[in-house]
Amino acid sequence: MPAPRANNRGYWIGFAVVLALLFVAPLVLPEFWRRFTTEILIWGLLAMSSDILIGYTGMVSFGHSAFFGLGMYGAAAALLTMRPPNLWLAMVYGLVAAAVVAAFVAYFSTRLRDIYFAITTLVFSQIFYVIIFTWTEVTGGENGLTFRQPALGVPGLFAIPFTPVSLHWFVLAIVTISYLLLRRITQSPFGMVLQSIRENEPRTRAIGYAVERYKIVAVMLSGLFAGLAGVLYAIQNKFAAPDFVFFLISGEVVIFNVLGGMGTLVGPLAGAAFFLLLREAFSRFFTEYYLIPVGIIFMLMVIFMPQGLLGLWRRQLNR
Amino acid sequence: MLALHDVHTYYGKSHVLHGVSIEVGPGEVVGLLGRNGVGKSTTLKTIMGIVRPAQGRVVFEDHDVGGMPPYRMARIGIGYVPEDRRIFRLLTVLENLRTGLDRQGLTDARREALLEKIYLNFPVLRDRRHQAGGTLSGGEQQMLAIARAMMLEPKVILLDEPTEGLMPRMVGQIHEIIRVLHGEGVAILLVEQNVPLTLEVSNRVYIMEKGVVRHHAPAAELRADHAVIHQYLGI
Amino acid sequence: MDAFLIQTLNGIVNGMILALVASGLTLIFGIMDVVNFAHGELFMLGAYAGVLALAVTGNFWISLVAAAIMIAVLGGALQVVTLRPLLGRDPLYTILGTFGISLVLQNYALWQFGPVPRKLTEPLTGHFRFFYLEYPYYRIVMALLSATIIGALWAFLKYGKYGIWIRATTQDRVMAAAMGIPVPIVHTVVFGIGAAMAAASGVLFAPLVGVTHAMGADWVLKAFVVVVVGGMGNLAGSILASIFISLLEAYASLIVSPSQAVIVAFIALIVTLLVRPTGLFVPTPK
Repeated sequence: MPAPRANNRGYWIGFAVVLALLFVAPLVLPEFWRRFTTEILIWGLLAMSSDILIGYTGMVSFGHSAFFGLGMYGAAAALLTMRPPNLWLAMVYGLVAAAVVAAFVAYFSTRLRDIYFAITTLVFSQIFYVIIFTWTEVTGGENGLTFRQPALGVPGLFAIPFTPVSLHWFVLAIVTISYLLLRRITQSPFGMVLQSIRENEPRTRAIGYAVERYKIVAVMLSGLFAGLAGVLYAIQNKFAAPDFVFFLISGEVVIFNVLGGMGTLVGPLAGAAFFLLLREAFSRFFTEYYLIPVGIIFMLMVIFMPQGLLGLWRRQLNR
Repeated sequence: MLALHDVHTYYGKSHVLHGVSIEVGPGEVVGLLGRNGVGKSTTLKTIMGIVRPAQGRVVFEDHDVGGMPPYRMARIGIGYVPEDRRIFRLLTVLENLRTGLDRQGLTDARREALLEKIYLNFPVLRDRRHQAGGTLSGGEQQMLAIARAMMLEPKVILLDEPTEGLMPRMVGQIHEIIRVLHGEGVAILLVEQNVPLTLEVSNRVYIMEKGVVRHHAPAAELRADHAVIHQYLGI
Repeated sequence: MDAFLIQTLNGIVNGMILALVASGLTLIFGIMDVVNFAHGELFMLGAYAGVLALAVTGNFWISLVAAAIMIAVLGGALQVVTLRPLLGRDPLYTILGTFGISLVLQNYALWQFGPVPRKLTEPLTGHFRFFYLEYPYYRIVMALLSATIIGALWAFLKYGKYGIWIRATTQDRVMAAAMGIPVPIVHTVVFGIGAAMAAASGVLFAPLVGVTHAMGADWVLKAFVVVVVGGMGNLAGSILASIFISLLEAYASLIVSPSQAVIVAFIALIVTLLVRPTGLFVPTPK
């Protein structure tokens, strides 16, 4: 068995290579694929946030579309009400909105287990979907909201409008920092307790850990980063729509987690990339029906390769 | 008729049976003794197909049956009466019996006869036949569990700790039931903590320790020589 | 007052259809611990099957039976191919498995039938007159037929050899197998029965709306709510819960728009989970 230090070096080399590739990507890729890569990063962040719950704490949640959607609409609110549109305010609004929802869900997480929790989170997403869809005066209903993209800067000092390339770098920076933060957290004693909850909750409780508190923090963390992904999406695309709050989005997020490998953080990002690429490839041939072959591939992976693409390297990725 | 050859069984990563070899001849009563946790129940579960053996062979009437699913084992003639009885609590006594009675290949007349015979042996079940299984007392549930297995008209019955949790006077009833089964030519593999009962009813006895068979002797021998019992069971 | 009465009737009628959908779901969950996300799609495909069968036979009732049988077979086949391999693994995987099935089925329907809604004409027109109130005959028939099907299911489970097999397998699948009951086959058959019930609901409900590929999504969510509020695996509970929730929703749509009224169901779920998580209509466990 190779010594941990050797493994770690291999990991950081891999990390640096991927980061470099992603950095260079917008400079060499055509417009469409540039946006595509940025989107992969954003969905990857969303999937990572979900991994905290599914992969590390063992709590299946179908509620991430709510966190994501509220992050998006929160950012929209800031960008529509403030002149000039302020990037940092958008982030704050979005994170606060996501945090409020996360607090609700966190409360329920302590009282419900497994399937009941999963169904409740699903129902929560739908509640928000219905509210957003029907409260047309505030949320724009079916049509959503459109707004201008904020500039990168500090109010009063400077403001540089984003180009697609610099926006990509901004997103890359945020996602990378988030990943490193989450990685640090999952490897900390706190993260170890979460994993212990996943393995054997009653025993963790018996040892003396306040499982409820850990779950609440896990949900809040997960919700915040999901909300952050929503903010980034709003900034990139300049619109917010109720479709993103629909529970199918949560389902897709769970698919990313499973495809990529749960409990690895970077696996879900790979899962998102894999899914989006498949979707792109298949929609060339199958137009709107791409979900049929993609769905079949998903099923085959669930049956024959449940550990996901990166699941085999789970231990190494968590060192 | 029924034999295990060098069977290894795992629960997840836990290696529970380390090469168990046991034989039960037609019509024999064979006892399986040992302390808690040595793998006696696991041995029965492996025979019944509830857990798969990782290694080794399970042979019944010259056929390799290792790993066959439990419902096939029941159909070829092995009855199982688990620890904790596990009767169907929400089904009536009669419905419990019917899970075994309603199998293919029996005429209605045969079914009637079989049912009558059971009621004769277990009159309390006739009285309670329309009551839900969960409302029966512990001893009655044990009767039901055994009666239910007998509905399959098995060639061998696996009995897992039938006297556990029963009042002392019920032990006598268990003894009687085993005698009746033996009289009908049904072989019995009896796992028990109750040593005196086991020594009384069995032809041969195996003693297990830590997942292997450590000692094997005719019951008569063990009745005479308590040293071995003391050595493995501390009694 | 009129509106209130009409809504009460609507609530009961919708409640019976929901009960039919939910009983299939609760049956499947009770026996194999599978939360069937694809149940809504089975409902939807049942409606499409009904449309096709009607075009061939011209008779609504024959189409109803034909659709139920077709979808029962489809359901059984799906269970054997995709769910049997997943049995025994973490429950997450069966949820994902049925979710995957629902994605594929929904898009398959979109592909085969296109986005334009199909019409399934109702077999009975005309209104039932009660004093000054008018209510469509067909809706009353819908409710009665749903109740009959559920009643037939109940009778099948309670009496008869296979009913005993199903109930035994639901209570203790290991001992059921030890009694010679072919548990894997029982699982497949029950999944087929659940699918048939979903399909029947789809056909019955179809004349009220257009048949589209997305019609199942709403129903499956509400059915989940019902199954939880009624008590997981509790047939009587899900029926009571279905009517309760549908009535709430019907009354709510007097005040808010129908698309918002659905929140009522969700609130009922949350209240249940807070106050009485085993189910509102389940007797307190001793």
